[in-house]
Amino acid sequence: MSAADAVHHPDHQFDSPLQQRESLSLGMWLFLVTEVMFFGGIFVGYAVYRHMYPEMFHHMSHHLNVYMGGINTAVLLTSSLTMAFAVNAAQNGNKKRMVSMLLVTFVCSIVFLIVKYFEYAEKFHHHLVPGAHFATDPEYGDTAQIFFSFYFAATGLHGFHVLLGTICIAIFAWLGHKGHFPKEKYQPVEMLGLYWHFVDLVWIYVFPLFYLIGLT
Amino acid sequence: MSAHSHAGAIQKYIFIYLILMVLLVVTVAVAFFDLGALNLPVAMAIATVKAGLVVWFFMHVDHASVMIRFCVGASLVGLFLAFLFIFADYLTRGAAMLQMAN
Amino acid sequence: MSYATGTSTNQSPARNYLNAAHTVKSWLLTVDHKRIAILYLISVTVAFFLGGVAAFIFRLDLLTPEGDLLRSDTYNRLFTMHGVIMVFLFLVPSIPATLGNFLVPVMIGARDLAFPRLNLASWYMYMAGAAFILYAIIAGGVDTGWTFYTPYSTAFSNTHVAMTLVGVFIAGFSSIFTGLNFIVTIHKMRAPGLTWFRLPLFIWAHYATSLIMVLATPVLAVTLFLAALERLAGLGIFDPARGGDPVLYQHLFWFYSHPAVYIMILPSLGVTAELITCFCRKNIFGYKFVAGSSIAIAVLGFLVWGHHMFVTSQSPYAGIVFSVISYLVAVPSAIKVFNFTATIYRGSVSWESPMIYALGFIGLFLIGGLTGLFLANLGTDVHLHDTYFVVAHFHYIMVGGALMGYLGGLHFWWPKITGKLYNEFWARIAAALVFVGFNLTFFPQFIVGYLGNPRRYHFYPPEFQVYHVLSTAGSTVLGLGYLLPLFYLTYSLFKGKAAPANPWGAKGLEWEIPSPPPTENFLKPVTVTEEAYAYPLRKPGAK
Repeated sequence: MSAADAVHHPDHQFDSPLQQRESLSLGMWLFLVTEVMFFGGIFVGYAVYRHMYPEMFHHMSHHLNVYMGGINTAVLLTSSLTMAFAVNAAQNGNKKRMVSMLLVTFVCSIVFLIVKYFEYAEKFHHHLVPGAHFATDPEYGDTAQIFFSFYFAATGLHGFHVLLGTICIAIFAWLGHKGHFPKEKYQPVEMLGLYWHFVDLVWIYVFPLFYLIGLT
Repeated sequence: MSAHSHAGAIQKYIFIYLILMVLLVVTVAVAFFDLGALNLPVAMAIATVKAGLVVWFFMHVDHASVMIRFCVGASLVGLFLAFLFIFADYLTRGAAMLQMAN
Repeated sequence: MSYATGTSTNQSPARNYLNAAHTVKSWLLTVDHKRIAILYLISVTVAFFLGGVAAFIFRLDLLTPEGDLLRSDTYNRLFTMHGVIMVFLFLVPSIPATLGNFLVPVMIGARDLAFPRLNLASWYMYMAGAAFILYAIIAGGVDTGWTFYTPYSTAFSNTHVAMTLVGVFIAGFSSIFTGLNFIVTIHKMRAPGLTWFRLPLFIWAHYATSLIMVLATPVLAVTLFLAALERLAGLGIFDPARGGDPVLYQHLFWFYSHPAVYIMILPSLGVTAELITCFCRKNIFGYKFVAGSSIAIAVLGFLVWGHHMFVTSQSPYAGIVFSVISYLVAVPSAIKVFNFTATIYRGSVSWESPMIYALGFIGLFLIGGLTGLFLANLGTDVHLHDTYFVVAHFHYIMVGGALMGYLGGLHFWWPKITGKLYNEFWARIAAALVFVGFNLTFFPQFIVGYLGNPRRYHFYPPEFQVYHVLSTAGSTVLGLGYLLPLFYLTYSLFKGKAAPANPWGAKGLEWEIPSPPPTENFLKPVTVTEEAYAYPLRKPGAK
């Protein structure tokens, strides 16, 4: 039995639907706490190396496409809005709007992933992927791979989270269409929303940290 | 979890979204100016405002329990301490007092 | 009812969680926290013996200064295997995933944890991680030490580093899921009347442990991910030849791994509180201080990791901060030891096997903790770092402390978990062997470490041989002490007397339900009306 059936029959370990809802909410937030610490580790590493090699970071950032990054930021922010709409619709029992907003969110995330694909393809083409085929920078030598290592680690892990979220959004759109999230059982949609907003939050920091340092 | 009036909530989300988009434009625009040492703090400040809006309004922390807010706070504190203590190392390597000993 | 007599028949209650279903599927797809605890018990026991065998082999090699039993390469792989298995596959999950999983819901009056399926998932994550680690070992092992320091692990080692990193990464999820589950359960599912300050200290300990699991483990995950990526894809973020900083790896690694040692010891401290109160028939001295000290250890434990890095290029100023806070974290640890001792004072002490383990814990944890202070001191650490002194220090805490707590708890709750009574005579023999064997193994290591014997070497100066011989002799006794429970506990499953609900006469919700419990734990709703440890003796001197 999932939380969706928790109207009068909470799962066996819970005493009431309220206890189940509160537990699920706390559980989801604790999971997001782990995600903050997970991405936090990358940001700490980034910060240390940006402190050590400020000019190298500034210089390497030129290789990133601000417009693609900016579009992706706008797309993700928009998807957060549509997700908020979807949760609101679920809360109010508006199935049609919930499903359509989930689908719009899904489309936004697909756009994000496609733009990401083009960005990565460009990097591969220009030998900017750290590893055996990395084109050593004339000025900074092999040290330049540090910037790109963090770029790929951060955006790669973020993109992986986007992908997982995209799949979940599609699944939830389908389940919602089938009537699994009526007004009394809307909480799973809200939990998905929390995850999606978190994914947006990470990108809100990734964008200025990687894309916006080299513009001057 | 109280249900908001439908129109009120939608309006609120759209308003926050517009602020977020404006801040996106601002952060890109500001990046074209060299503010020296302020480049990073300004960019981070704008990002933090955006993040704060997403957390407070989109993630419903404005209506959340103390425990949830504590989770948000705890993760921020955890990150802050990690940064603080690691930079306590990197910022003080080769510091003046050490060189006196040589 | 005394321990030895058991119930009048040899049969456990008719319907309990063990006989609720008999198929393999009912075990492998169970969502019952008690069955999951058993699954973990089997897994961590196998892991413990694998890690122990590795140690025994290299202790044999250390009998002679020339290291003529093993090649250096093999020696390195064996101590790495010992460390990786013992830390990640035994110590971290041991008490929380076995005793914690079984007891946390019961002690708070709940039918299960908040997320039973997540609980099962955590065991599968453990098994998947273990599979990767074991595969790496069978394929030839890893020789980097359990700390996987870069750039050796990422750029130079010719062993199965990436496979091991992946295994540890996956096993970390097991930890995170367990911790998350415990936090939500303890917050949301306490029975009516069970306020925070009426909770057993076992629960407080597991709550603090879970906070660490949730906050620290993800940092290890991302660190090992980056290290694996470095190894597999040829990144250079931790490689000094390519502009990277290996000390950054150490910062990120120890950010988890120091709090991890508190994951390993806090549950044991919780177990000891339960054992001491029961076998002294007395309320804990200073309940709020003991509860609070668990939280204080968890919080302060996040701020000391740099004490593993005093002799690196880490700034001495950062070192000073880490050193001071390392001294501070000894304070809540000491509070626990003081309060345990004060509880024993004027208590009605009996010497059942769990109590032998608990008393051993107090003394050995004390020694381990005090020797930690020598290491926390910047000056003395320069001399002691990477010597056997460090090895002895952490084994006193992890084995003399954590493992003794685990064994004490296993014995204490064995009747509840299995519905059988084990042979108390052999249990006392085993506890005594463990205590004697442990000290014989590890005390000489303090001395030889102080004299300068480095760790992770299997050659040593001939004048140190006597210490190594004592240590290996001790490890034989210790190994025997660990093997005995394997026999008499297993024997009890088949031939042991049926256990009553409360063979020890202990206080706690778990003793008010049958042994073994029914699947839903409580047949009637629970309301709590009294404080924890409401034993007859509450004030010193009371009869």
